[in-house]
Amino acid sequence: MIFGSFDPLKGDMFQVLDPDGKLVAEDPGLDPVLMKDLYRWMLYGRLADEKAVKLQRQGRMGTYAPGKGQEASQVGPALAMGDYDWLFPSFRELTTYMIRGYPLEYNLLYFMGDVRSNQVPEGTKSLPIFVPVATQVPIAAGAAWALKKKGSGSVVVCYMGDGATSEGDFHEGLNFAGVFRVPALFISQNNQWAISVPRKKQTLSRTIAQKSLSYGIPGVLVDGNDVLAMYIAAREGIERARNGEGPFFIEAFTYRRMMHTTADDPGRYRTPEEEAEWDLKDPLRRFRAYLEGRGIWTPEWQKQLEADAEEMIKKAVEKAESLGPQEPEDLFRHMYEEMTPALVEQLEYLKFSLANREIEEEADEIKGGFP
Amino acid sequence: MNMVQAINSALKVEMERDPSVVVLGEDVGLNGGVFRATEGLQELLGEDRVMDTPLAESGIVGFSIGAALMGMRPVAEIQFMGFLWPAIDQLASHAGRLRNRTQGRFSVPMVVRFPYGGGVRALEHHAESYEATLAHIPGLKVVIPSTPYDAKGLLISSIRDPDPVIFMEPKKLYRAGKEEVPEGEYTEPIGKAKVLREGDDITLVGWGSLVPRLLKAARLIEDKGISAEVIDVRTISPYDEGTVHDSLEKTGRMLVAQEAHRNLGFASEIAARAQEKMMDVMEAPILRLTGFDVPFPFYRMENWAMPDIDRIIKGIREVLTW
Repeated sequence: MIFGSFDPLKGDMFQVLDPDGKLVAEDPGLDPVLMKDLYRWMLYGRLADEKAVKLQRQGRMGTYAPGKGQEASQVGPALAMGDYDWLFPSFRELTTYMIRGYPLEYNLLYFMGDVRSNQVPEGTKSLPIFVPVATQVPIAAGAAWALKKKGSGSVVVCYMGDGATSEGDFHEGLNFAGVFRVPALFISQNNQWAISVPRKKQTLSRTIAQKSLSYGIPGVLVDGNDVLAMYIAAREGIERARNGEGPFFIEAFTYRRMMHTTADDPGRYRTPEEEAEWDLKDPLRRFRAYLEGRGIWTPEWQKQLEADAEEMIKKAVEKAESLGPQEPEDLFRHMYEEMTPALVEQLEYLKFSLANREIEEEADEIKGGFP
Repeated sequence: MNMVQAINSALKVEMERDPSVVVLGEDVGLNGGVFRATEGLQELLGEDRVMDTPLAESGIVGFSIGAALMGMRPVAEIQFMGFLWPAIDQLASHAGRLRNRTQGRFSVPMVVRFPYGGGVRALEHHAESYEATLAHIPGLKVVIPSTPYDAKGLLISSIRDPDPVIFMEPKKLYRAGKEEVPEGEYTEPIGKAKVLREGDDITLVGWGSLVPRLLKAARLIEDKGISAEVIDVRTISPYDEGTVHDSLEKTGRMLVAQEAHRNLGFASEIAARAQEKMMDVMEAPILRLTGFDVPFPFYRMENWAMPDIDRIIKGIREVLTW
């Protein structure tokens, strides 16, 4: 039990494996099948994320927010969630999505600028990506409250970054979650950077975890690159929430190994030395070392996983890229349950203007100076 | 019933009918709301149906969105429109967008209701009319009643609506008068304007607190042989352009009155749409009577900032003699 054992005000951090994969806490005694899953999903997530960056670089996808380096803080909680638990994500949780049954092709499609990516499949208990930072926090609190009121037994897991904890909605949302004792686990992935602003400039708080204490919510600082620690901490938070003990907060101490998005250049604000230092704390590297020591990881298994991932990713890319275009109706039909007269008129106008072009679309581009 | 009683009655009827309807906001529980719109509801339905929340507008609206996503029908109260701004992010970024951005997978059936407008000698920040800001946000509906009967019928419709509805209550009219309002349930349609008075010479258009003034002005000029048609828009989003344009077809002249600031107010939208579609029947430019582009004044100057009957009559003369 980590609740009460790690004081965020003192900077205590819960860790099971050190960066070399050595046990620094009691062996949690997890089932090897589960441990293989933890590793498998981290690897799948890593490879899918790398592929997404490649697609962007090849011009096959728009701006993408890579999650490389944050796999442990996504896989641990995702595998600790039950079937009926809900995910309220931020925008860097590709790996969490994959585990929660949100098809990979949807995530690629999102960054390919296709709104159908947000049409979460029925049965997948997740909201789509939340872009405006921290706005998902009060929404997650309200959703968790409703789920409790309905007696569903479900828990909401809500992700955010470190920068999000400076937003008003973070504080309002956590406060509501506390006052109404909602069944929710809030996870702040502190990846040290909010685009170019380092964690130190975000808050004078010693830890982000301690912020939850202001709202009467227990908070724990966890090594976010240690998948065992993240799994155990999330499992405890989810269990507490499910048992009616109210919300729980985790600061996952991790690192954004890549750029904020593919449109960003980290070379402008951080050093290669810092990046190299964090490379050594990589979540896959350390868990692989641990599993190898336990005789669970083998080079053959790794090869098999990589082949499986490649196949899965290839299929997802194919599906994403083969989806046909949408109709003008799709722009309007989901504004309200019933289309308003004004929208009907706007749709007719769009259809008319598309069907009766006098100037070709290419001629409309303003390039190489003003006409 | 007066308008506050009618609103209270609508909430009661809907909460008794549908257990997923919950009321939340600042001071709505034990205190019954600062204007007593939720009076007696907590006692009747319990603390988990009528919830006092922390003092945080974005929190209230965000929390309501989350609850609506999970099948509840929250009716959130914001104490005054002047304090709505922190919640605009939640309304614009999520409430109005979720159905569209998930292509119909999720929807947000909720109501955010609050008093708006001046004329009650309120403190600074307690008398704003920013309805155009809300009508500008796609995906929201904006309903503004002007009578107790409509307030109840429209609020019930708003609660049953599958999409997010902003329900703006003209606080000047909360206790301005009583009319016959049924105790039980009934609905008035969202998106339908109402012709309150028929006339042939000019169309007077308004909503909320300006409606009684337009009606009174219409009566005053009747003696002078001028017949004015008065339309209560009731819903500014979606706006019932058909009813207004039908009237304009008959009268050829129109005056639109609003309490809100002049620049880009909803009166401008009404005038713009009319000139795009009705130019051939128009006999005079459309006149907007509005508040000014200044913050709503401290109450010793508040009467200067709202179109009154004198200005309405002068405006009518201006349109008729153009």
